Amino acid sequence: MIPLIHDEVVKRRSWMSDEEFSDVLAIANTLPGPIATKLPGYVGYRVAGAPGCLVSVLAITIPMIIAMVLLLGVFSMYRDIAWIQGMAMGVIPVVMVMMAQLTWDFFQKSYGSLGWIPSLLLIAISTVLIYGLSIHPAFLILALLCAAVAVPSRGFTSLFGRKKL
Amino acid sequence: MIYLSIFFAFFVPNIIGYGGGPAIIPLIEAEVVGRFGWMTASEFAETLAIGNALPSPIATKMAGQIGYDIGGITGAFVALFATVAPSLILMLAALGLIYKFKDSPRVKRMSSWVRPVITVLMGLLVMSFLGESIDAAGVYHTGILAVIAAVALLYFKVHPALVVVSSLAYGALLLG
Repeated sequence: MIPLIHDEVVKRRSWMSDEEFSDVLAIANTLPGPIATKLPGYVGYRVAGAPGCLVSVLAITIPMIIAMVLLLGVFSMYRDIAWIQGMAMGVIPVVMVMMAQLTWDFFQKSYGSLGWIPSLLLIAISTVLIYGLSIHPAFLILALLCAAVAVPSRGFTSLFGRKKL
Repeated sequence: MIYLSIFFAFFVPNIIGYGGGPAIIPLIEAEVVGRFGWMTASEFAETLAIGNALPSPIATKMAGQIGYDIGGITGAFVALFATVAPSLILMLAALGLIYKFKDSPRVKRMSSWVRPVITVLMGLLVMSFLGESIDAAGVYHTGILAVIAAVALLYFKVHPALVVVSSLAYGALLLG
């Protein structure tokens, strides 16, 4: 999706330079929430102010939301039919595989940026807190975000995070 | 006030979900299935499957659909707003400031410290889908579908939409 937006914004319409685009992408990556709406929202704002921002966000989200509401609407209308129920059962293992693939991606990125021991340690602690003690994940994430900003970078990098030479 | 609940169900995942759209999925599940009980884990999996089969960002599609399901068209817009607006406004308002600290190690490690937690949430979601599937379709069908889907997606790089449609056909023919 991002390369396609890049093609439109930088190459076809030259609303911003290549460098600006990659800077905006880098900033979008340091903020939470979906990238594919922050980026168009920002570009829309730059080009045409608040209305531009609104138009680009709606353009990127509304068509597929309507498609989804219609598809699932039809689906739940005929939920009583046996073969429709079969379809609902058949799709769950596929979503499971897709989610497992994402889990693996995030695990690889975790030890890529933190190293093996800190990422396994954080995974073990999170599992105990979230699954074992039923703590809402938001509290754990907030605590980690605060720690990431508050803890001095030098003392902890030797323990947490790989040294880049 | 249902719209307020919808707002928070999507605001919280999107303001703590570092790592783009996929990172937000398990956090949304924690809200709509775990906290508010608006849908079952299977219904969430079905919504996610249709969402994965369609193009455009996954987080906004999930928000629009679930918001519509709970609160009609207003609900859909509230959920969409809660998904898109907070981090977009943050980006527009503080672009200069964020740009200055873009390469600061403390800012950079925010997403890397959160990533293991997201990994755990995703893993727990996989386990929950596995349980649901075994309950509904049985061990054999679950195993066969999961293996075929894994080979098709990971080895042959088949488009996710095609894999989803094939699994729907398998379910209609063999599980109905």
